[in-house]
Amino acid sequence: MDRGTMECAVDAQSLISISLMKIHNSRTQRGGIKLHKNLLVSYVLRNARQVYIKEKYAEIYRMQQYEEVMTVCNEIQELNPLDPEPEDAEEEDLEVAALSCCAPLQDGGGKEPETSFYRSCCMETPGSPCDPFAGNGSHCNKTTVLDLDTHVVTTVENRYLHQDCCCSAPQCAPVPDSPVRKRKGDFGCCASDLEEVSDFSASRKRVRREECTDPNYTDTSNISNLISIFGSGFSGLLSRQADLEQICSKQALASLGAWTRAIVAF
Amino acid sequence: TFLQPPRGCDMQWCFSQVKGAIDDDVAEADIISTVEFNHTGELLATGDKGGRVVIFQQEIENKNYPQLRSEYNVYSTFQSHEPEFDYLKSLEIEEKINKIRWLPQKNAAQFLLSTNDKTIKLWKISERDRRADGYNLKEEDGRYKDPNSITSLRVPVLIPMDLMVEASPRRVFANAHTYHINSVSVNSDHETYLSADDLRINLWNLEITDRSFNIVDIKPANMEELTEVITASEFHPNQCNTFVFSSSKGTIRLCDMRASALCDKHSKLFEEPENPSNRSFFSEIISSISDVKFSHNGQYMMTRDYLSVKIWDLKMENRPVETYQVHEYLRSKLCSLYENDCIFDKFECCWNGNDSVVMTGSYNNFFRMFDREHRRDVTLEASRENSKPLQVLKPRKVCTGGKRKKDEISVDSLDFNKKILHTAWHPLDNIIAVATTNNLYIFQDKLTG
Repeated sequence: MDRGTMECAVDAQSLISISLMKIHNSRTQRGGIKLHKNLLVSYVLRNARQVYIKEKYAEIYRMQQYEEVMTVCNEIQELNPLDPEPEDAEEEDLEVAALSCCAPLQDGGGKEPETSFYRSCCMETPGSPCDPFAGNGSHCNKTTVLDLDTHVVTTVENRYLHQDCCCSAPQCAPVPDSPVRKRKGDFGCCASDLEEVSDFSASRKRVRREECTDPNYTDTSNISNLISIFGSGFSGLLSRQADLEQICSKQALASLGAWTRAIVAF
Repeated sequence: TFLQPPRGCDMQWCFSQVKGAIDDDVAEADIISTVEFNHTGELLATGDKGGRVVIFQQEIENKNYPQLRSEYNVYSTFQSHEPEFDYLKSLEIEEKINKIRWLPQKNAAQFLLSTNDKTIKLWKISERDRRADGYNLKEEDGRYKDPNSITSLRVPVLIPMDLMVEASPRRVFANAHTYHINSVSVNSDHETYLSADDLRINLWNLEITDRSFNIVDIKPANMEELTEVITASEFHPNQCNTFVFSSSKGTIRLCDMRASALCDKHSKLFEEPENPSNRSFFSEIISSISDVKFSHNGQYMMTRDYLSVKIWDLKMENRPVETYQVHEYLRSKLCSLYENDCIFDKFECCWNGNDSVVMTGSYNNFFRMFDREHRRDVTLEASRENSKPLQVLKPRKVCTGGKRKKDEISVDSLDFNKKILHTAWHPLDNIIAVATTNNLYIFQDKLTG
């Protein structure tokens, strides 16, 4: 059967913005907010977010795989002792291209990081075909950092939430532990500000970025050999995969609820 | 009894009449929002977005021209609901008529229930073809006579007059629904009826307006946990204790009011497991049920979701006994249909008098009939181009791919602004009423011999 041409790209990100616009527009519709329609829209929103997050991390995961392989190859050739000092990661004069593991910042938002790193966040990519470590779970609390200047690879234990991560792992303690609450707060305080609602995802990212760059939340550990580069990124995290999925879906459903709660004010 | 033996989809359908404005510029108030035959089929009611009800009556058969089966002409028009404003919630309440349901006739007058989002009204439609003449105290024109001029006493007499049809609101059932009413259904006991909104179903006595019983409540304690809403509800046609309600999750619950006062626990749950290969961003939307209708014999019920019609045997909960694809070619277009909001269109469905054929609407002013007995289906079109008297409707075909044959229409040429959401089938005859955006088409089967 000819499936015909899709007239619009079934792209998760555009579906998210379309859905948000629909919810926004429904508040000014005659006859009051239609609960049924908004509930259905929030399902699309949830589905699109799940796909978007998975795609995002699959991409990052693949890039990280490549980077780590390249790094190890370089190190074997150069035989530099790997002796990063904790302060190095935070020094402001490192000249390194930054690959944010989050979507690029909207301009004018938040504090731009003074330092730049290759920062990739280990994130689970279940069933990713390119993933040589298929089945390994990852978590947003470990970040592998490559300093292009010294070719130092460090694994940074981040106790902060990834910007797009919909989960709040228990160890992300310093941050308000519920991104849902954060989203609710955003939505609620933006209720009267029409532009903010459609710019929702951007404002959320600005908030997260500020938290990410707080140096108090990072500490580094040394990596001395090939095995520990790969091992430290993924060990002990397999068990977290199921928890992660559960937390993610719970948060996703809760975020779904945040919309309906805000919508159904009656 | 049937006037014509029902023959399903091998019958030919002819244009009979079309009601409504001709011009393409549709006034929003004229958009038809509900269509319903009464129990004899003599009366056909429509409701519109402007809160008006128009009732058509079938004329007495013209014996000289039997092929011109009786025409429907305007019988009564009245403003049922007006727009309202809820000051407490700063909400405007639309006057759009969501549903009309006729009561079975008990005396000379006709009664119907009409509802908007918040308020149900019972209307009495009565005929007056006589008036009193010869009042003692009043003149012909109604002015009071000078009492001193009255010298004799007489009894007024009733004299014939031109038929006047009056509609008067006899009951107003208000303030019982927080959410938007989507259904009303009259019980077979003819004393009670139910009204359903997104989260609750209430049971009313037709005589009592200041009280209703809540019989279903699916509102969660915490609205953040809301996952489904009620989309339609109907009483069983002959078991006065039984009703069903459908949900946005594609389930139907059958409830027995004898089991408990609050029917949150269903007696039966009808649900078909989702086909995982069809999973998409829009799976939840297209599985939402937009209409549920019992068969006349009470053994089956039919549900309509975005792409299909399903027939359920009330004795079997785990899957429907029949599934008919209405417009499967739209499955690959769901993203566009989501963008332009068409995916939220709520199509209704209906049974013919002997439950052998079901009908539902689609886009491009197409409507579909499925003959259950003969396993045949047909697509027909309601259009002004096919509106010559007794013109036979030609079956339409949508081309889903490959070479488009002559007379076929390709999916990309379909007009999604022309949608048929409301259809009705005469309870005793092969006459159907099909509502396009602002026009009502009446078709009848071709009488032979």
